[in-house]
Amino acid sequence: MNDMLRLVEPLIPALRRYARALVRDHAAADDLVQDCLERAVIHWEQRRSDNPRPWLFAILHNLAINQFRRATTRGVHVAIDETNEDAFGQEAAQEQKVMYRDVMAKLAKLPHDQRAVLLLVGVEDLSYADAAKVLGVPIGTVMSRLARARERLHQELEGTAGQLDHNVVQLRNKT
Amino acid sequence: MSNRPITEDDLHAYVDRALEPEREAEISAYLEKHPDMAKRIAAYSDERNLLRSALLPIAEEPLPPQLNLARMIERPRRRPSSLRWAIAAMLMLSIGGLGGWMIRGATFAPAGGLAALAEEASDSYKVYASDHTRPVELRDSAELVQWVSNRLRQPVKLPDLSKSGYRLMGGRVVPTAHGPAAMFMYDDDHGERLVVLTRPMTSDQNAPMAAHSGGDVAGFSWADGGTGYSLVGPRGVNSLRPLANEIRKQAQTI
Repeated sequence: MNDMLRLVEPLIPALRRYARALVRDHAAADDLVQDCLERAVIHWEQRRSDNPRPWLFAILHNLAINQFRRATTRGVHVAIDETNEDAFGQEAAQEQKVMYRDVMAKLAKLPHDQRAVLLLVGVEDLSYADAAKVLGVPIGTVMSRLARARERLHQELEGTAGQLDHNVVQLRNKT
Repeated sequence: MSNRPITEDDLHAYVDRALEPEREAEISAYLEKHPDMAKRIAAYSDERNLLRSALLPIAEEPLPPQLNLARMIERPRRRPSSLRWAIAAMLMLSIGGLGGWMIRGATFAPAGGLAALAEEASDSYKVYASDHTRPVELRDSAELVQWVSNRLRQPVKLPDLSKSGYRLMGGRVVPTAHGPAAMFMYDDDHGERLVVLTRPMTSDQNAPMAAHSGGDVAGFSWADGGTGYSLVGPRGVNSLRPLANEIRKQAQTI
């Protein structure tokens, strides 16, 4: 178990970051991480690989997905927190803060499977193979989701996706 | 320089710096010749960096007390007491026959033996599967088989559900009105837990498989050659029936 503390404790900040970026709600994200760590404590001896990183991300990811699913079946709208300014630290320049807030808002528009792959690969530096394990899909699916996610985020940031939405609304209004 | 065609996957791996140096050089050379593509890939890289910078402060925040791993290892959290009372209340209700425990099966008349077994299995599930401190008494499978076989005074075989993705966590002897029963607990990678309860049957020595459900719990029960089995898990697990069939098949080859 000392072993566990040594290997897992350094990963907690990254797990928090992943949870927060995925579910966006500060308190809900920390609850998920807590739940994840508690499960990890109980199942530590049963883990299958030497590298606990993908294992922990998999537990966390599954907990988050279950939460999304419960929210959908209940028909409850998942509240998306407006990004807390404090989350970006005090030292970031004003202009940077605006950009950060923008990219987070655009990220939140992506479907959660695309958001997950973008975060695991692009932010948490998981290999494609490890991301596939976490998501429980083949590597090919990871790659195609990654491609779609990057293109979608790019369009959102360029504002082209927004224009498309706008057109759709206009068409609907005319009919 | 290889003449392998450039793939979309290569371009994304280039963004993630996940390519071998040789291949990376090939992609660089390709992008020099294709400015439009180069622009898109550069944008992806910038956006990747932007996302990383935006999220970096979260990883630098001091950890809140609820995420103190050392404390969790020392003293794994117990279920909140309100939930324990809820479980106790549910148990009282089901003992009183008011718990809405429903048993149904196409060919099965809900008679005493199997219905009681189903109820015992669901009670064990509710009490032990929700226990995060000590869900099982014994984890060593050889020791466990010996213990339950001694107490049940008959050889008990451990169902192996590993092919279906469920690992044995361990088990214990649980008391029932019909004597000791063996409880085995399994879980999968999602932390989903299942319970198998088995004991000698006083009535319903052979009974076809019947589905049952009550509250958040669902399961299947049956009896073969004087031994009853009940598999219980959270309601909504689709694989319960095939798992029950698998357990039945394994038990018949004792």
